[in-house]
This record gives sequence, structure tokens and C-alpha cells, in this order.
Amino acid sequence: MTATAERGARTTAKSAATSPRAPKPRARRRSVVSDRPGFLVYGFLAVILLGALFPLYWSLLIGSGDSSTIAEQNLSWIPGGNFIQNALSVVNNEGVNFWKSLGNSVIVSTVVSASVVLFSTLAGYAFAKLRFRGKRGLLIFVIATMAVPTQLAVVPLFIAMSDFGWTGTLGAVIVPALVSAFGVFWMTQYIGQALPDELIEAARVDGASMIRTFWSVALPSARPAAAMLALFTFIMTWTNFFWPFIVLNNSNPTLPVSLALLQANYFVDYSIVLAGVILATVPLFILFVFAGKQLVAGIMSGAVKG
Amino acid sequence: MTTSTLRVKPRTPRRIAFSQQVGRWDIKFSPYLYISPFFILFAVVGLFPLLYTGWVSLHHWDLIAGEGPWVGFDNFSFVLGQQQFWIALRNTFSIFLLSAVPQIVFALLIAAVLDTNLRGRTFWRMSVLLPYIIMPVAVALIFGQLFGDKYGLINGILGHVGIPPIGWHTDAFSSQVAIATMVNFRWTGYNALILLAGMQAIPRDLYESAAIDGAGRVRRFFSITIPQLRPTLIFVIITATIGGLQIFDEPRLYDQYGTGGADHQWLTLTIYLYNLGWGQLDFGRAAAVAWLLFLIIVIIGLINLAITRRIASNEGRI
Repeated sequence: MTATAERGARTTAKSAATSPRAPKPRARRRSVVSDRPGFLVYGFLAVILLGALFPLYWSLLIGSGDSSTIAEQNLSWIPGGNFIQNALSVVNNEGVNFWKSLGNSVIVSTVVSASVVLFSTLAGYAFAKLRFRGKRGLLIFVIATMAVPTQLAVVPLFIAMSDFGWTGTLGAVIVPALVSAFGVFWMTQYIGQALPDELIEAARVDGASMIRTFWSVALPSARPAAAMLALFTFIMTWTNFFWPFIVLNNSNPTLPVSLALLQANYFVDYSIVLAGVILATVPLFILFVFAGKQLVAGIMSGAVKG
Repeated sequence: MTTSTLRVKPRTPRRIAFSQQVGRWDIKFSPYLYISPFFILFAVVGLFPLLYTGWVSLHHWDLIAGEGPWVGFDNFSFVLGQQQFWIALRNTFSIFLLSAVPQIVFALLIAAVLDTNLRGRTFWRMSVLLPYIIMPVAVALIFGQLFGDKYGLINGILGHVGIPPIGWHTDAFSSQVAIATMVNFRWTGYNALILLAGMQAIPRDLYESAAIDGAGRVRRFFSITIPQLRPTLIFVIITATIGGLQIFDEPRLYDQYGTGGADHQWLTLTIYLYNLGWGQLDFGRAAAVAWLLFLIIVIIGLINLAITRRIASNEGRI
């Protein structure tokens, strides 16, 4: 960058700062890294993209071959023709319960996401907008619980679940996840800045009850953050393994548990195991194609403030 | 809201008084009602079980037979006397360091690259996040084969370069590198985006004045970006610690047996906990491991906080 260019950039930034109408962020950005990055940067990013895709593509290569493909020294870079056959071996295996596990994962993830969003929005609304005694302390408590490794409480939780007779049922996976500290914190942050106090007051003056105010004023305005929270909760629940693995049994698994069973049943033929991996990855992959943008925005908007 | 104003008009004075009373209760108790689901659930499935873990750990407790006699700290002394516990502890830390350190360095690098004036910004950000949607179980099944001792692709590639095959499933350190790689695969991009958000919040004027003072790109990164990222870095490191020390999925599925290797090469504390509780049906000892791991995580979290604070503020002073 030449000295003149730099000075020029500096003036742009200054004028942007003084005149309120100027498109601020763009002018600022241009002034700092004024040159567009070179192909080295794009090359680096392309390598990362390939690195992210490669394990999946390799699974497809193995999963579309037969039991000897994995031992192949000169693996072909074009998928073979056995994927359907391998996939059928996955879904038809009685020990793996693939379809049932897929259905279970859909149920568990959907119910948990819906409930986390509802309860977190309620609590977030209260923390962000309502006045009550002990609010600050309670909110700090919620945030502090995020640092508590509650996963380690599996032993008593399992004892409790067997006392209730819940082991092996989806309720045992759903109930402990019905609301999360992360969700409450997330919604508190969002509602605090996105919902004007005047709207709530207007509703109250009009005689709306507290819950009515929440339902018709707070909830609609919290929709973008609620959607992101639902998305993240869905993914987290979908990929969760440890607790479902402990509390569910092999005849009623969720998808990750069923994948683990697949390896236990088929470790002699990895073309079938990796075909199962591909099958199990497809649902979230589709979700990613449609909602990846929102995921990126969500990570970049919320998680930072912890 | 015209309907509600219409409704108020015909009311008699007594009914207004009553509705006012209800309204006051509504204002006073609704907030507590709204936040109660979290606190009730946390008490029932978080706090109580954590404390109860302590109670279980002081008893002989069989998975099937249930609560047995009080044994004091016998479970703890048994666990602490087991070589397996110490191996698991060492492995857990080894895997944690092998994943956390390169992960944060790479995430910083990726974030710095994404923070430039890229074309197709959203596309690159999404591509970095792609591994996050693959479940850890699937990642473990894939990488378990990529790192295969005999036919694995990685040993194959190494063979082409003339490096003898590495015992990814026999050698302790190599297996831990492989497992750390799985963790890094899934989380580096995610953390890069968090760091990227932190970077974008840094006032651009700081970079400008540094550039005018003659600071190069690298110097600007170390003297401005890193110190300014302090809160974000602390957040990323603490989350990585809490998750990393409880690692289970990847080592559990690294081979088909799931016990952490024939010689406990990649046995972690959570696998050890699981093996004690659901393999040997000894809940008392499993609970003792849970408590020990809990303490370790809390202590490491505090140390982490102290170190990150110091590093970040030192760099700010340069």
C-alpha cells in the first residue's frame, strides 16, 4: 500500500466518521484492509473447504464399494455402484433399528427444540424486561450454571430414571433437556436489545395481562433469535450421544446410538458402516444447505458475549 | 387493543377492584413463573443429581441391587489406587491439550483470514462451519478408519512419502493425536466464527493508527487483535475445557470395542466412569470418578481463567 493511498483511505474514514449519512461500516472496512486479499487467501480457504468435505466424500467412496474397498491400495476417486445395496443393509438390519432411530431423533430433537425455545423466551423476556426482586442474582446464577459440567451427574440421573421406570423411553432423553441455561441467556440478550420498552408499556396500558403481553408482543419480536435457538438446539440434540447411549436400549435408540450399534454389528464390513454414516449425515446436511447462513449468523451474533 | 378498552367500561367498581388485585398478583408473580421452568429443571436434573453423586460415591452401590452400605471414602481410595484412573487422567489431559491448543491457533488463523475483505464471504464462512453438523459419532467412525493401522488412508499416504506406518490404534500417543484430530475437525471452524465475530467488534481505528505508526500485518495481529479478543478467547477456551475434559463419543467409537484400547491407550475419564458404572455395575465407584472429574474441571477452569487473563493483558502491554 502506498503512502498516498493510505492517506486517501484515512480521509475517507474521517469523512465517514464526521458525516452521519455516509455508509459507515463499508468506508471503515475499506480504509483498513483496502486491498482485496490475494489468491493465497482463497487457496487457503479452498484447502479448508476440501478438508471439511473430504472425510464425507471418502465415506461415500468406501460406502459405495464392497467389504474389500477399504483395503484397496489404489482407491478410485469415483464412487462405486454399491451404495444403495449397502444402505439397504443398514436400514434392514434388525439390530440397528435405523428407521426407528431416525424417527426417535426427529421426535426428540423437535420436542426439545420447541420446549427450549418456549421456556427460554419466557425466562429471557422476564430477565430482560420485567422488574422483580433478585433478578440480577438469578441471572448470574443461570449464566454460572453454563460452566457446570452437568453431564457428570449421569449416575444419579440414571438411578432416578430407573426408579421412575423411564429407562429405555424417549422421555428420559427429552425431559432433562427441556430448557437450557444457554437458551435463557441467549434470549435475555436478544430481547433486551430488540424489544422496545414502549411496546410492552403500550400493551399494558391497553389492559393486556402479563402473559398476553408476552404472547402478542414479546414472542413475535423475539422470532429471529428464537429461530436460531431452535436451530442450534436441534443440532445439539440430534448429535448428542452420551446420555441417550446410557439411558436408551438397543431396541429404541436415537440416530447416534444406532450408528454406534452399526459399528458393533458390522465392523468386518466398513462399506456398510460408512454407508450408514452417510445416511445419518444427510438430514443435517440438508438442514445446513438451507439454514447454514443462519447458523453462521447465530454463532457470530450470540455466543460471543459469554 | 380496542376490545379490551370496550370491556373495561361496563364493569362495576367492585369488579374493577378485584381485577386490580389480580393484576397486581399478575405483575408480582409472573416474572417468577416465567423463569421457574429453568430453575426447577436445573434443580431436578442438574444440581440435585450432582450433589447426590457425592452421596452415591460414599456407598457401595450396585447398578442392579441399588444402595448398599455406607463405605466412607473407600470408593475414592479404590479409584485413586487404580492405575487405570491415572492412565485415564493422563490421556484425558493429553487429548485435551492436543485438541485445544492447535484448535485455538488454527481458529485464530482462519478467523484472521475470514476477517479480510473476501468475495463470497458467506460461502466461506459456511464452508468453515460444515464439519459442525456431522455428529461426533459419525466423525469417530470415519476417522477411526482413516487412521486405520493396516489399510488406513493416512498410513497409505505416509507410505508413499516413505514414512513407515504409524500404529494409530496401538501406540498411546498416536491414538490420542488421532482422537484430537476428530475434535479439531468438528470444532475449529465453529470457534473460528466466534473469534471472527470478536475480531469484527474491534474498532478499526486501532488498526489504522497502528498502520500509520508503521506496524505490519503480523505486528497488528499480535499487538491489537489478540489483546482485544481477550473476552472472546476466554469464552472459547473455557467452553473447550468443559467439553474437552468430558470427551466420550470420539474415543468410545474409535474402535469397535469401545473400552479405550487394549492397553488403555485412549481410555479417558468419562469412558472409565462409564466402564465402572455400566460395565462393572459399580455405581459407587463411577460416582467417585464423576466427582473427581467434576473437581478437576472446576480447578482447570479457574486456572484457565487466570492464565488467559494474564497472557492477554501482557500482550496488551507490549
